[in-house]
Amino acid sequence: MSRELFRFKGGVHPPEHKAESTSRPIHAAPLPKKLVIPLRQHIGNPAKPVVEVGERVLKGQMIAAADGYISTAVHASSSGTVAAIDLQPVPHISGLPDLCITIETDGRDEWVAHAPLDYQAMESPQLRMQLRDLGLAGLGGAVFPSAVKLDPGASHACPTLIINGGECEPWITCDDMLMRHHADEILQGVAIMRHLLGSTEILVGIEDNKPEALDSMRSAAAKLDFAVEVVKVPARYPGGGAKQMIETLTGKQVPSGKLSTDIGIQVFNVGTSYALARAIHHGEPLISRLVTVTGHVLRPQNFEVLIGTPMHTLITLAGDRDGTTGVLMGGPMMGVPVPNLDVPVVKATNCILVKSKELFPPLPKALPCIRCTRCADACPAELQPQELFRFAKAGDFGRAQEYHLFDCIECGCCSYVCPSHIPLVDFYRYAKGEIWAREKDKRAADLARERHEFRQFRQEREKKEKAEKLAAKAQAKRAELAAVPAAEGAAVSDADAKKALIAAALARAQAKKTDTAPKNVDQLTPEQLHQIEEIEARRTKIRELARKPLESEEKKP
Amino acid sequence: MLAAIGVMAILAVAIGLVLGWSAIRFKVEGNPLAEKIDAILPQTQCGQCGFPGCRPYAEAIAKGEADINQCPPGGEEGVKKLAELLGVEPKPLDETHGTPKPKSVAFIDENTCIGCTLCIQACPVDAISGAAKQMHTIITAECTGCELCLPPCPVDCISMVPIAEDLPHWKWKHPVVMMKQIAETEDA
Repeated sequence: MSRELFRFKGGVHPPEHKAESTSRPIHAAPLPKKLVIPLRQHIGNPAKPVVEVGERVLKGQMIAAADGYISTAVHASSSGTVAAIDLQPVPHISGLPDLCITIETDGRDEWVAHAPLDYQAMESPQLRMQLRDLGLAGLGGAVFPSAVKLDPGASHACPTLIINGGECEPWITCDDMLMRHHADEILQGVAIMRHLLGSTEILVGIEDNKPEALDSMRSAAAKLDFAVEVVKVPARYPGGGAKQMIETLTGKQVPSGKLSTDIGIQVFNVGTSYALARAIHHGEPLISRLVTVTGHVLRPQNFEVLIGTPMHTLITLAGDRDGTTGVLMGGPMMGVPVPNLDVPVVKATNCILVKSKELFPPLPKALPCIRCTRCADACPAELQPQELFRFAKAGDFGRAQEYHLFDCIECGCCSYVCPSHIPLVDFYRYAKGEIWAREKDKRAADLARERHEFRQFRQEREKKEKAEKLAAKAQAKRAELAAVPAAEGAAVSDADAKKALIAAALARAQAKKTDTAPKNVDQLTPEQLHQIEEIEARRTKIRELARKPLESEEKKP
Repeated sequence: MLAAIGVMAILAVAIGLVLGWSAIRFKVEGNPLAEKIDAILPQTQCGQCGFPGCRPYAEAIAKGEADINQCPPGGEEGVKKLAELLGVEPKPLDETHGTPKPKSVAFIDENTCIGCTLCIQACPVDAISGAAKQMHTIITAECTGCELCLPPCPVDCISMVPIAEDLPHWKWKHPVVMMKQIAETEDA
């Protein structure tokens, strides 16, 4: 029965700190007065607002629609009125604001009409469209639109489906609690994924530090009419990373620059599976998720939180304490500092980790790299972090890419083991950002070059066309004029023809001038006309006067 | 003796034919060096280098008629890349051709615009849409920020707006800055 497991390279064993937040049951966080719902909560294009300021919205109503293939919709988490659609602070390391829809809740929590979907009777593309409109995105951290991942594609069959219950990052327990209490629903979601992907082998990987979750998932899996193998995997950070989970369970490695679907494997987080089951069997869009609030708080625990709830309300609920030194969204290894606590909970928020000096002593000053290669031993992506650091620091991004910078999963193992306390991952993030920015600039330059070249081509063409047109016209006129005198029996030279042309044009211009009488004097009284005449007479007089001295001056020399 | 000379002569003719044929068959169109230089230039087509566009400047550099430090939008980094490509020492930007400015796009004040089309004719990348006596507007995604539309405008309704840093444009700063900050706060 027990499956042969494989060991991925590297990894670390940071203190787990999981027991703090698993001792209390899941609480539903109360409805806040104001929900701030960002439109960019997923990877891909941000959603496009479909409501207006002042409009009343119901719980679960779509307030912003997916824009493009890699995108997903955003919904109102409760009923109320749209108070604003503007830039608001969001949980992002930069502290920059982003477009959000603010809803003032009315406390009635009134649902929009929603119904379960009969997924077995639906066509796959249609079902995926529905899932996109229900706002599903991966809840493991990357928030990639699930509808895209549920497309096996024409050539990629997806025989293996892995449900990731690894949750390897310290402090976070939301997936653990979800598996303990909602195992049946998670597996209902798995059934839908199996239907869409046509998978034949289904594995659920759970780290061995979650025995309750393992038991709960195993007993739920035993009730199913298809085979789901719940596998206990050894706890080692980052064993919950998708690529690491694949290697542990199957022994296969995802090749550099490829996707797991290229080797016939798709991975979903347990939270995503749960959200999928809620969407299909209840018609509920993704408007809430489990969030672990832990660290330096009085009552660390998990909350069922509506998307858009301000983070400070959750910290208050868990009991805030003095001596807070900062808040992370996510765990201590990969989490990002939250710039201010008014920012809302988003689809990616799995944990709110409150820091204190005792729990997270400030990092000592970074020292120079001594090239001890402890980072290389710890790196689960089998990279050479010390080399990547050297290239990133020096701005040698080409070499960094040669050393497979983009295979880095930013797990933080290298920084964790670094005896010089160098924030290595920050350097990799910096290098990745620079490379992306350069690629973007390159694309913009290519576009500008193309447009400039086309403009030059167009101007050339227009010039040529104009010249041709003029030549044709002149030719025609000449032929016409030549025909008239020929009829009269007189031979006309080319120069004469040209002269005649000019004379004709002059006559036309003259006729036009005399024809156009000023139209604004049509409806005037005789007195007014008389006045105008007087003024005109005065003007001609002045004009003559003005001309006279000039003429006299001209005569002088 | 004669046979040897004969063999050598035949060989010479055969090789000559092959070389002659390949010179025609594999002839490289255009100047490959100018292509490479053009790929480094930022393609703003602003003409600050003194040439009517990036391509003519690239050709001038390739011929040795222009220096590598005449492109302010490319900045010091552009000069460095050109120096690397051409195997010469990098030099500071020539300030007579202008100084690097933050990346901007043109913006037309639509209330002031009289629809004269002069800016449309000046734009090197066709990034202005409009027609005679119709309001003009900039296609922001295609504007290179060359400022060539500013001088022809008779009502001065075009201004350059620096691209503000927002979430999609944000990128990680060099971490050394942050590390220094940590060190400073500790020292304090």
